Amino acid sequence: MILADDEKAMLDGAGGVAKQKAMELLVRYAEALGAERLVDTNNIAGVPGSSTLFLQKYFEEHAGDGSFEAVFSLYDLDAAEVMSVPKAAGNCCHLQGGMDLEHWADLGMSREALEHQREDETELARHGVRIMKTCTPYLAGNLPVQGEHCAWMESSAVVYCNSVIGARTNTEGRESTSAAILTGKIPDWGLHRDEYRRGTHLVHVETTPVESVMDWGMLGYFIGGTVEENIPVVTGAIRRADPLRHKHFGAAAASSGGVEMYHIVGVTPEAATLEMALGSRKPAATIKYGAEERRRVYETLNANGRDPYVDYVMLGCPHASIDQFREVARLLEGKKIKTHLWMFTSRAVKTVADMSGFTKKIEDAGGLVMTDTCSAIARAVPKGTKVVALDSAKQVHYLPAMVGVEAWFGTTEDCINAAQTGRWTGELR
Amino acid sequence: MIILRGRGIVGGCAEGEALVTRETISGWGGIDPMTGTIIETRHELRGQSFKDKVLVFPGAKGSSGWSNAFHMTRLTKSAPLAMIFNQMTTKIALGAVVTRVPAVTELDQDPLKVIETGDWVKVDGDRGVVEVIKKREVTLPSGGPGPSRFPNRTFPVARCRESGAG
Repeated sequence: MILADDEKAMLDGAGGVAKQKAMELLVRYAEALGAERLVDTNNIAGVPGSSTLFLQKYFEEHAGDGSFEAVFSLYDLDAAEVMSVPKAAGNCCHLQGGMDLEHWADLGMSREALEHQREDETELARHGVRIMKTCTPYLAGNLPVQGEHCAWMESSAVVYCNSVIGARTNTEGRESTSAAILTGKIPDWGLHRDEYRRGTHLVHVETTPVESVMDWGMLGYFIGGTVEENIPVVTGAIRRADPLRHKHFGAAAASSGGVEMYHIVGVTPEAATLEMALGSRKPAATIKYGAEERRRVYETLNANGRDPYVDYVMLGCPHASIDQFREVARLLEGKKIKTHLWMFTSRAVKTVADMSGFTKKIEDAGGLVMTDTCSAIARAVPKGTKVVALDSAKQVHYLPAMVGVEAWFGTTEDCINAAQTGRWTGELR
Repeated sequence: MIILRGRGIVGGCAEGEALVTRETISGWGGIDPMTGTIIETRHELRGQSFKDKVLVFPGAKGSSGWSNAFHMTRLTKSAPLAMIFNQMTTKIALGAVVTRVPAVTELDQDPLKVIETGDWVKVDGDRGVVEVIKKREVTLPSGGPGPSRFPNRTFPVARCRESGAG
């Protein structure tokens, strides 16, 4: 590896021992990748120092110290000693967390866990980390520019960052983002480099136009399962691109496969034309998405649903946008629901939803609006839940396995209908 | 014995029984880090644990919590003994580094074709070498399942001095 002078200095300990350990971890990681150098980054989204009670207690027991700085040193930086952790080097935010600080009891969290979360937040703020607590930083105030080198975690945010914004990030992990927070560096590999950003597989949409949020989600889920970690280039009947549809498409493609970047010809910034999206390469495969593929992906996403009696409707995966609040508030206005309904979002979007009157309409109908987390992250569903209704392909992918429930997938309206009647009536239309 | 040569990405040496899958593995949401069990709904290894096995797989997929989930298995003592994989990604590179088990990739033969579940595999992450003894070549004693099926004396290769240490 070739290291720049400032990187060598940090590795030699010029910036203190914490930066030295962070640089050592980045070098181990970059060498494993086969990267030749590091690149500067001033936009980092991670989960620095955050710990569950398990982690805190593990380090209390094994290292005699379960503090924020201990977890950051021993776990995030994989170091052998607890170090004093300096302030963040650049712009960095904390992604989603474990619980809503107001409705923690509904999530089944203990007061002890709540206090621990509060302490972590105090430490994060003291270390210069922005408390965004969302999987959608791009909807909550962290919006990079095209070409900007970022170091982001959260697969749904990564794919949005690369594909929709045209900024550059690999799918980073907890340890690499924490190291980047101290050093402002990340391996210059993969999607940071032009040659890795061109499309590899062609997907032609030959069905009734993909327009609804549900259809964008299903197409994303199909594509992820088909191309795995490759870069799809989508052409054909796909319409009404907006941030919400991209959010659901990318999250689905990143869960069923490992899609970190996609192109939609004429829509996304690095795909003005098919030639631009593919570069000089021939696609490795051309894949058709027609009525049959659409039907099969719908059945796959509903494979865990048997019992039509729904106990719980979960919305906000990835965290709900303000447009989704407007729609859910419209559907629920003046109504009462029979099931539990939890809607998850960021603190920033919730603030706007509160002021716009959307939260009140949802709560008046019997729903609950929560921030920071979701049912999969918190591994929390309302007590006694057996059957869930979801409008997110990503959440369907994870939640049934994680908490042992049946799940139905459909439109937001299907979910709201289920909340009102207690019965799932969604179908492919 | 079959020898595969590639690139070691995490040093150290470990040996044990192989657990092989042709499907990529999700970390967060795909495994239970407390037990090393695959939990993904439609995964062919669902319900099986990689704890104390040499995990042979195409690569990583899914959430960016991949490294965190495998890092946790190191704390809960549920980590695989070693990793052998084909597709390099940031998830797997970081995950292998922090799990601190010997890891090898870019092998000169496809490990998914050469290695089967139950084969005895030695992974040398320092040299990037994988040695495979097919299960049919091993004399099975009557001692029942588990590592005791492979008593030391049946091995034509030198054993790693300590398994699992990175």
